[in-house]
Amino acid sequence: MHDHGPGHSHLSETEARVRALETLLAEKGLLDPAAVDAVVEAYETRIGPRNGAQVVAKAWADPDYLARLREDATSAILELGFTGRQGEHMVAVENAPGRHNLVVCTLCSCYPWPVLGLPPAWYKSNEYRARAVREPRKVLADFGVTLTEGTEIRVWDSTAEIRYLVIPERPAGTEGWSEAALADLVTRDSMIGAGLARAPEGAA
Amino acid sequence: MTRVHDLGGVQGFGRVPWEPDEPNFHGDWEKRVLGMNLVAKAPEGWNIDKGRHARERLHPVTYLASSYFERWLEGLVLRSVEAGWIEEAEIAAKMGAPSPEAPPDPARVDAMVERFSTRVPYDRPETEGLPAPYAVGDRVRTRMDDPTGHTRLPAYARGRGGEVVMRHGVHVFPDVSGNGGGEAPTHLYAVRFDAAELFGAEAEPGASVTLDLWHPHLEPAS
Repeated sequence: MHDHGPGHSHLSETEARVRALETLLAEKGLLDPAAVDAVVEAYETRIGPRNGAQVVAKAWADPDYLARLREDATSAILELGFTGRQGEHMVAVENAPGRHNLVVCTLCSCYPWPVLGLPPAWYKSNEYRARAVREPRKVLADFGVTLTEGTEIRVWDSTAEIRYLVIPERPAGTEGWSEAALADLVTRDSMIGAGLARAPEGAA
Repeated sequence: MTRVHDLGGVQGFGRVPWEPDEPNFHGDWEKRVLGMNLVAKAPEGWNIDKGRHARERLHPVTYLASSYFERWLEGLVLRSVEAGWIEEAEIAAKMGAPSPEAPPDPARVDAMVERFSTRVPYDRPETEGLPAPYAVGDRVRTRMDDPTGHTRLPAYARGRGGEVVMRHGVHVFPDVSGNGGGEAPTHLYAVRFDAAELFGAEAEPGASVTLDLWHPHLEPAS
């Protein structure tokens, strides 16, 4: 796209088509534009990966919670107030020494919205959807993640309404940390399996 | 049926386009497309599977060349056109018109958070007449059939042997509900396949893929 400079509006064909469709649907009473604003705001500010990070931190810190998460992840996640669209049926899959989990949706881009928010563009890309099932180790290398040789890799292709949340390994050197401090180490990518939890600052 | 959206295992794609600290949206139009899909009026009997099927029915060349939100845009157009509510020419006639403006309304944001944080589950009670379910540990084989219309059995996992690793209960069956045949709830399982079973000698060692599959996708394996 070209930059025409300030004051010169430039709309791509797609942007113009989106506006035209919204105007048309609104005029026909099929859409309330204020509702569009509100739902976008909800996903921009309230429903995002900090939710999932709280779940992971609690699973690390509280063995009873981890047991409930293993037994019925949907209910355990609901305890923290997270449920709804695209998170109706949750399963937590745990990384461990020698075992790594990676989540993909090859057919569309299913993703656990209530705990992770909206999926990033890379998760929705043709590249990720095509490659994650066939060559997960190479895909992880694209993310800068190298697993110990011999590590088992379990890829989960989200073909139903079950949504998988990866519980990454707890970083060393975090014994006795609060859940809030632990949650800061949990990245979005680590809950998809495309990354690892951050090591605490100052750790070797 | 096998269409290009069925991307699992397809070769020739390059590096995954990862970007650090990626924003939710790359442009305001993507926000409008997301929001419109979630709140626009849907035809009677519309469901999530029909929504997926609408995007899958884009022309293969268009599908592959489109971004996620472009696919969502065209899926929404398709459903609105097929409902008889709008015509393609009407969209063209509105090109260049000012977009509708609405003042910010925090109360509505709260209402939306509430609405989208409400659980609408896809599992159903186990009814009489369903086949006896497979058990965890059972060996199964996926069918080779390539059914007409929408299906959730990807091509790369057809005709392959795996092991049931979880029972998820009875769920709406998208291969029927996405094609307008009602919910047809049946047993849903997580089935694990060794990578070598799916991809042969070139498969990465120590890898497996687990898919959620419904009872009709499976037959017992000896």
